[in-house]
Amino acid sequence: MKKPKALVLFYVASVVLLIVGCLGLTARAPASPRAVPDQVLINAAGATFPYPIYSKWFTEYNRLHPDIEINYQSIGSGGGIAQLKAGTVDFGASDMPLTDQMLNDFKFKVLHFPTVLGAVVPTYNITGVTQELNFTPDALAGIYLGKITKWNDPAITQTNKGVQLPAQDIVVIHRSDGSGTTFVWTDYLSKVSKEWETKVGKNTSVNWPVGLGGKGNEGVAGLVKQTPGAIGYVELIYAVQNDIPYGRVRNTAGTFVKAELSSVTAAAAGVAKAMPEDFRVSITNAPGKAAYPVCSFTYLLIPTKIQDANKAKMIKDFLHWMLNDGQKDAEGLTYAPLPKEVVTMELKQISMIE
Amino acid sequence: MAEGAGSRARLRAFLDRLRSGDEVAHLLTLIFASAIFFVTFLLVYELWQNSALSRHQFGWHFLLGRTWDPVFENYGALPFVFGTTLTSALALLLAIPLGVGAAIFLAELAPPRISDFLTFLIELLAAVPSVIFGLLGIFIVVPLLGTTVMPFLKATLGFLPIFKGPIYGVSLFAAGVVLSIMIIPFIISISREVLLGVPADQREAALALGATKWESTWKVVVPYARTGIMGSVFLSLARALGETMAVTMVIGNDPKISASLFAPGYSIAAVIANEFSEATSALYINALVELGLVLFLLTIILNALARLLILATTRRATGHA
Repeated sequence: MKKPKALVLFYVASVVLLIVGCLGLTARAPASPRAVPDQVLINAAGATFPYPIYSKWFTEYNRLHPDIEINYQSIGSGGGIAQLKAGTVDFGASDMPLTDQMLNDFKFKVLHFPTVLGAVVPTYNITGVTQELNFTPDALAGIYLGKITKWNDPAITQTNKGVQLPAQDIVVIHRSDGSGTTFVWTDYLSKVSKEWETKVGKNTSVNWPVGLGGKGNEGVAGLVKQTPGAIGYVELIYAVQNDIPYGRVRNTAGTFVKAELSSVTAAAAGVAKAMPEDFRVSITNAPGKAAYPVCSFTYLLIPTKIQDANKAKMIKDFLHWMLNDGQKDAEGLTYAPLPKEVVTMELKQISMIE
Repeated sequence: MAEGAGSRARLRAFLDRLRSGDEVAHLLTLIFASAIFFVTFLLVYELWQNSALSRHQFGWHFLLGRTWDPVFENYGALPFVFGTTLTSALALLLAIPLGVGAAIFLAELAPPRISDFLTFLIELLAAVPSVIFGLLGIFIVVPLLGTTVMPFLKATLGFLPIFKGPIYGVSLFAAGVVLSIMIIPFIISISREVLLGVPADQREAALALGATKWESTWKVVVPYARTGIMGSVFLSLARALGETMAVTMVIGNDPKISASLFAPGYSIAAVIANEFSEATSALYINALVELGLVLFLLTIILNALARLLILATTRRATGHA
C-alpha cells in the first residue's frame, strides 16, 4: 500500500505544476500586444477576395499608428454583412454592393466605400490548344447555360480562326461556395444574356444549369487543370500568380480585351463619370474601347453613426490614408487602384461619418 | 420506538453511503448522463427554431424539392439527401467486407507481432483529420479513379445505368471511395477488439467438434462478435453521413440526382459548409439550417433501419439474440 500513496502524490504534484505553468505562460502572453497603453481595437469582417491587400493595409497602418489595431476576418461577403447587421464588427467588407432590400434590413444607415478593383477571367484546359482564345459574350453565356457543349462549336471557332479547336466536350466548372467572384461573373452573364437573367440570375450562389463545383478559386483552378476540356472562372490575381492560361473577352466596343491592370482601370474610368453618389454600381460590361468587361469594385461597408467617437475618428483617418497612400500598394498585389474621380468622391463621403 | 430506530438506521445508512461516495457518484453520473440528453435536446431545439422561416415557406415540399436556387429563393433537399445516402451506402458497401475481413485476419489468423504492428498503423489512420483525406482524394484517388478504375468499369459493365455517362473524376463514386477509406480504420480497430474478446472456449469447442480453423472463425467466433462488429458499422455510418471537407473536395458539388455513379452529386454536409458563410438572406440561412435538421433525422432513421436489420438477421441466425 506504500506505492499508491507516492503515486498519488506524484500525480497531484504534476497536475499542480501543469496548472501553475499554464497560468504563468498565459499571464505573460497578453503583455506584448498591450505594450502600447490605451490601444484601440477595431473589428472588421467580410470579403475574401481583397483579403491580401486589406491585410497589408491594416498591418501597414498599425505600423504607422501603433495605437490603432484593425482586426479583419475574411469570412466571406455574406458573413461580413451579417456581422455588421448584428453589430459585432465596427465595419464590414463585401464584394457586392448591398441591394435596397438588404439596406432596409439594416437598422442603421450604411455607406459604401470602394477600395480596389478586381477582374474575373475565363480559364480553360483544351487538349492541344495553347493559344489565348477569344470569347464572345454569347459564347460564354451559351457555355454556362449548357447550350454550347463542344469546343468546336461555331460560336467559339468563329472568333478563333487561327486555332485548331477539337471536338471535345466542354466541362463547365463553377464555384461551389458562395463568393463575390461568382457574383461578378453572374452579373456579367445577366447583362449579356436575357436567358441567363431570367433563368439563373445573379448572386454569390446560384442554381447553375450545368457544371461541377470547386471550392474557392483554388478549387476551380484545380478542377480546370485536372479535367480535359474544362472551362472555369477565377479572379485575375489568382490566374496571374498561378500562371494559368486565360482568354480574352469581347467588350461593348467590340474589342477582345485581355484582363490586366490597364484594362480593369479603364473599365472603372468608363463608369466613373456616371458613378452614383452611394457608389452602388455594377461595372461589368462597362463602356470604353480598352475596358475589360468582367470587373467589379470591392467595398468597405461603414455605418454613418459610430458610437465610439474615438473609433469614428480613427476609421475616418484610415479611410483618408487608404484613399491617398494605400492605393499605391494595389498594383504590387495585382489589384487595380481606384480612378481619381472615384477617390475624390469618396473623400467627400468620409465627412458623412459621425 | 421501533419506527424511530428504523428511520435513524436509514439515515445512518444514507450518511454512510454519502461519506463513502456512493450517493455522490450516483448524483454525478446522473448529471453527466442528463447533460448528454440536454445537449441533444438543445441541438434539436436550435435546429428547429432557426429553420422556422424555411419550414413555413416550403412545408413538406422541402424534402421532395429538387431545385436549390438562392437567387429565386426556391430550396429543396432531395438532391442532397440522395447524395448523402448514396455515398454513405457505397462507402459501407466497400468498407464492411474489407474492414471485417481485415479485422478477422488481424484477430484470428495473423501472427501476433504482425497483428500488433498493423493494428498500430491502422489506429494511426483512424486519427488522421478528414481534410487530409480530402487532399488524398483530390490528388490521388480522383485521378486514379478517373484514368483507370472508372473507364474499366465503363468498358466492362457499361450497360448498367450506374456506370453510364461521361467520366469527370469527381463524382459520387469518388466520394464513396474516399469515405470508405476513412471509415475502414474504425471498422478494423473496433471489430478486431471485439473478435479478440470472444472467449477462447468458444473457439476450442468448435475445433473440438471437428471444425477447421476457418470454419470455427467464420461460423462461431464472428457470429459471437456480431453485435460489436455492427456497433463499429454504426459508428462508421455516422461518420460517413456527417463527413464534410473530404466529400466536398471530390463529389463535384452539383445538386442533381442521376442514375450514374460517375456523375457529380452533392451532400448535405458539403452544401452547408460551402454556402453557410456567404448566405445573406434569412430564408437562405433557414433553408441551410433545415438541411441540418434533415441530416439529423436522416442519421436517426438510417441508424434505426440498420438496427432493425440486425434484429431481423440475428433472430434468424444462431438462436441467441
